[in-house]
Amino acid sequence: MSVFKDAGHLFRFAGLFVLAFLIFLVVRHYVVPKSFGEYGHYRGAAMGEIAAHPAKFAGHETCEGCHTEEATKKQAGKHAQVNCEACHGAIYRRLPAPEQPKPNLYERFVALVVKPAPPDPPLLRHAEDPTVKPELPDTAVLCARCHTASAAKPKGFPQVDPAEHYPGPPCGSCHQPHSPAMDGGGVK
Amino acid sequence: MNGVEGFMYPNEVGLQWSVLIVLYPFITGLVAGAFILASLERVFRVEAVKPTYRLALLTALSFLLVAPLPLQLHLGHPERSPEMYFTPHSTSAMAMFGYVYLWYLMAVLVLEIWLDYRREIVLLSQTSRGLLRLVYRVMTLGSSNISERALAIDERAGWIVTLIGIPSAFLLHGYVGFIFGSIKANPWWSSPLMPVVFIFSAMVSGIAGVMLLYMGITKLRKQSIDMACVDSIAMYLFYIFIIDFSLEMLDLVHRIYEADESFRSLNFMVHTRLYFSHIVIQIFLGTITPLILLFVTQVVKLPEMARKRIYAIAGSLALIGIFAMRWNVVIGGQLFSKSFLGYTTYKMGLVTKEGLLVAIALTLLPLVFLWVLVKLLPPWPEKSAQAVAVGG
Amino acid sequence: MNISRRQILILLPAAAVAWKSVLAGSPEDAPNYKMSDHWWSMLIDISKCIGCGNCVRACQTENDVPEGNFRTWVERYHVSDENMTEPEVISPKGGKDGFPVAQEDGKKYFFVPKMCNHCADSPCTQVCPVGATFISPDGVVLVDQKYCLGCAYCVQACPYGCRYIHPQKEVADKCTLCYHRITQGLTTACCEACPTGARQLADLKNPKDPIHEFLKTHNVQVLKPQMATGAKVFYNDLDGSVR
Repeated sequence: MSVFKDAGHLFRFAGLFVLAFLIFLVVRHYVVPKSFGEYGHYRGAAMGEIAAHPAKFAGHETCEGCHTEEATKKQAGKHAQVNCEACHGAIYRRLPAPEQPKPNLYERFVALVVKPAPPDPPLLRHAEDPTVKPELPDTAVLCARCHTASAAKPKGFPQVDPAEHYPGPPCGSCHQPHSPAMDGGGVK
Repeated sequence: MNGVEGFMYPNEVGLQWSVLIVLYPFITGLVAGAFILASLERVFRVEAVKPTYRLALLTALSFLLVAPLPLQLHLGHPERSPEMYFTPHSTSAMAMFGYVYLWYLMAVLVLEIWLDYRREIVLLSQTSRGLLRLVYRVMTLGSSNISERALAIDERAGWIVTLIGIPSAFLLHGYVGFIFGSIKANPWWSSPLMPVVFIFSAMVSGIAGVMLLYMGITKLRKQSIDMACVDSIAMYLFYIFIIDFSLEMLDLVHRIYEADESFRSLNFMVHTRLYFSHIVIQIFLGTITPLILLFVTQVVKLPEMARKRIYAIAGSLALIGIFAMRWNVVIGGQLFSKSFLGYTTYKMGLVTKEGLLVAIALTLLPLVFLWVLVKLLPPWPEKSAQAVAVGG
Repeated sequence: MNISRRQILILLPAAAVAWKSVLAGSPEDAPNYKMSDHWWSMLIDISKCIGCGNCVRACQTENDVPEGNFRTWVERYHVSDENMTEPEVISPKGGKDGFPVAQEDGKKYFFVPKMCNHCADSPCTQVCPVGATFISPDGVVLVDQKYCLGCAYCVQACPYGCRYIHPQKEVADKCTLCYHRITQGLTTACCEACPTGARQLADLKNPKDPIHEFLKTHNVQVLKPQMATGAKVFYNDLDGSVR
């Protein structure tokens, strides 16, 4: 038909589109991650990857599993609801990063444009290896964080003015941190 | 303290979207506006603007080719941007960028340019030498049919493409307005008017841009400017500018009248941190002044020289004003805290990936592309007549 | 198609192995944790917060939060009875090192810990162009940092300012409700470190969780309720001046 003869170039242009679309479909099949769409419009495997991060704080139940004496003392005193790591912090040590495989050509090319984030080095916690030792907190600094008197803090909360309340010696010289009340047997 | 006044949420202090994100809607706005000007002739049969038809299309293409660059430079992981093609999120306005861009580039702009230039392309593929010959031959897609019938089909097809191209141009730029307008978290942006304001300001910038380019290039080529054409363009520019100004005033008046929880904070911001760019540049220099200048040319009969000068000044001011509008929307929207209790400052880098030099380079790059396109596909009527003489 | 008994005996274990490898990497695979059993939220009790900053420090430690950004932070409000609509708010370094001592001046002070609200109708997941941020089936809004483009659209869309772009990884980052901890039966780092119990992790799907009783007996609010984000961090004793 003559109209097709004179519109041939239009069909060629359309043909480019069709070809590009087919290539797109093929590439898409290989490139889209397999777990995408499993639970919603996102990569289902992402949740597992996030959940696999190592935890640094052990959680008070883990501490109390070994440190039963301190735990019992704390349960009876004013700091019963203050968890161990609230004062002692997370006790862990970073291990040296394992040998990273050399980046291939594609990865090096991408790195020119986008610097890859370094992977988190593994860590070892005190709960797994007691030789990872904590630094005992300095009561002169630690206690003040919570107990320095301020008009901003709730009225019922125990707070003192460090300039008036026995200035000089650190708090720990009189108060036993695990059971700090003076009349509850918490005096050192 | 690092440019913060009052209180800001701690993560809000540094701006996320830089001058490159200001540049992106400015560029796509020029694309959409230039295309609308071209469609005035093609679809609405405004003969007066015909001399700028091909130039407008080439301008649109030059800017469209540069448009993804500021976005790529902004992304933390540009190598992952194909994800927008493979897994676009249907609830995200930004996700449609990939497809709308591709559609507009290939199915509208490139197709229309190709259809309009096909005759010259075929002729040039037969008369040029060397590498150029190869380029033109590829562009013919292997078809050298420039019979009357084929060209008539091209004409009809081009008309349809332009017709589809008008809403496509609105989509290409309107979706950017929706990207901002649909963010309920940001009261400076959140507004149903935002896509409409973007589209009309885009038309102002595109029309002004093509008018300036036509006047400038014609002067460089030592040819005479078709005054009927420029007068006509200036008239359309004037009327669309009025609509754009009205929309922005409507937004302003509405804000002041309703005075919701964000008003005091935004009002303070406009009077202090945004005063120069918003009141001085965008409103007075960039909108009211060109409107008055254009108004004068519409009601007073002025000699040609005066009209040319006024059009040049009004057009330049309009472009600056529209850029300032994008700046005030993007940067302004990030200068105030969502707590409405504080403000920060935008520290634009100079030589950084998203800094001033890159922004300037990206603004000039389309002109480089335009130069190449003008050489490859001359938009001038005399040139195409030569091609006919040589090939025909 | 006729499958013989022999073929079934061979196919079934193979299918089971294949199925396990499909599941591997999802929290379903972790011992005893089923996503559909949980709908996580948090309770923050303003009357108990003393602004010590323990939560901010603990979160920064646990999650390697970059300097200058915060997955959680504490704000201090100073409100006058004459002008409730313009409180003075400070958050020095996010409250990481506590707050300066406040003097009594007849006005009201209180602390407000803030974090991602893990909204059920979150605007941030709505705007992500590629599906890199999402709400998990157990109610935690997460970022897939291997998929994120770093476009920062989600950062713009969050009404609470809880998101940021990680300066080294160049992807969106925010509070994950310590997903790596709660899926193992631990509580979040911020709750673990809080000395007064002002922050409590809660599981709305667990009928034994104390939050159910608490919500019935206390006046509880979410931040910016007018935004209708379905925020799941509930505040007890939240003052009307809080932004």
